[in-house]
Amino acid sequence: MEIKVLGTGCASCKALYETVLQAVKELGLDAQVIKEEDMMNIMSYNVMILPGLVIDNKVVSKGKKLSLTEVKEILSNR
Amino acid sequence: MIQKFADWLIYGIVGLNPDSHLGEAVNFFFYDTIKIIILLFFISTLMGIVNAYLPVDRLRHFLVTRKLYGFQYLLAALFGAITPFCSCSSIPLFIGFVKGGIPLGVTFAFLITSPLVNEVAVALFLGTFGLKVTLIYLISGILLGVLGGWILEKFRLEKYLSPWVRQIQTQSEQETEEWQTEKIAFKQRFPTIVKDAWGIVRGVLLYIIIGIAIGAAMHGYVPEGFFEHYLAAEKWYSVPLAVILAVPMYANAAGIVPVIQVFVAKGVPMGTAIAFMMAVVGLSIPEATMLKKVMTWKLIGIFFGTITLFIILLGYLYNIFL
Repeated sequence: MEIKVLGTGCASCKALYETVLQAVKELGLDAQVIKEEDMMNIMSYNVMILPGLVIDNKVVSKGKKLSLTEVKEILSNR
Repeated sequence: MIQKFADWLIYGIVGLNPDSHLGEAVNFFFYDTIKIIILLFFISTLMGIVNAYLPVDRLRHFLVTRKLYGFQYLLAALFGAITPFCSCSSIPLFIGFVKGGIPLGVTFAFLITSPLVNEVAVALFLGTFGLKVTLIYLISGILLGVLGGWILEKFRLEKYLSPWVRQIQTQSEQETEEWQTEKIAFKQRFPTIVKDAWGIVRGVLLYIIIGIAIGAAMHGYVPEGFFEHYLAAEKWYSVPLAVILAVPMYANAAGIVPVIQVFVAKGVPMGTAIAFMMAVVGLSIPEATMLKKVMTWKLIGIFFGTITLFIILLGYLYNIFL
């Protein structure tokens, strides 16, 4: 599984990245977590409100600072 | 009711003298903090509900697919007002709009109103200045977006966008992609909305407390007439001076409104104060550097110049009519 957190370095983007790392660890997933900061790449996902969460190239959340429980739920439902 | 609670707490329990500067300042601080937190929570919840049904993707789809005969500026500004604004999203929003083939002026309308009108500004204005001033602020924030966007469109500024953005613009296609509606019942959504609203309150709480504390300190201590001396109504240059001083500065609405309140209490005319605030919140050096990613300096200059001019005009207008 490839997980990308889209964000240019604002507080909530960093927070989401940390949350995702934590969730992956707690669920014991074999996943690669990438923090995508390049604007051109971010725009290719058509996300206008950051932070965005992309799993295997599919946008699953935009503009939300998800909680640990929410991220876990999203990840477990994949 | 809140005032009674603050009186009881500060004068009754803590035992500060109501006639002392310290007592007055601390009481003011508690009263304002409680009132504004309650207002902010309710307004954030309300905006959260609106937003759940009108996400920004839906707006873009609407702007791209309909013929709106000029109303697109108003719509973009209105949506700018209800969309929660994070400065980190201004560039992706800008690109997203341009990519969708939305005219630059309409994009500007959104971009101008978005930081000016948001839940934090509205809650603080309501709590501090009451309904009339809040409505005036709201309407002028939206008007500024509409007029600013419309004028900027007339300037034909596309050629001053950064080359890579121009390229996106020429390749823009009318996106037919449907926004995905999340078909979740309101009952299930509501807890999330309330939780998000509380998140907004928590996020700005520190700024609000610092802002109100500064306000309270000045409220109790800075002598009447101190500001009046510098930014008084009789001086023709006070509005442009306040605005030009404010443009490079940045503070979010949470930090600036309590300070404005003190300005007004100390005799600075309301118009000058609001113009000052709009310039602080709407335009800043950090924003300019961020926009540099998508625009040339020339375009940033024209954008800032036009908006500065409008804010100054609004300031004069308020001073005449308020």
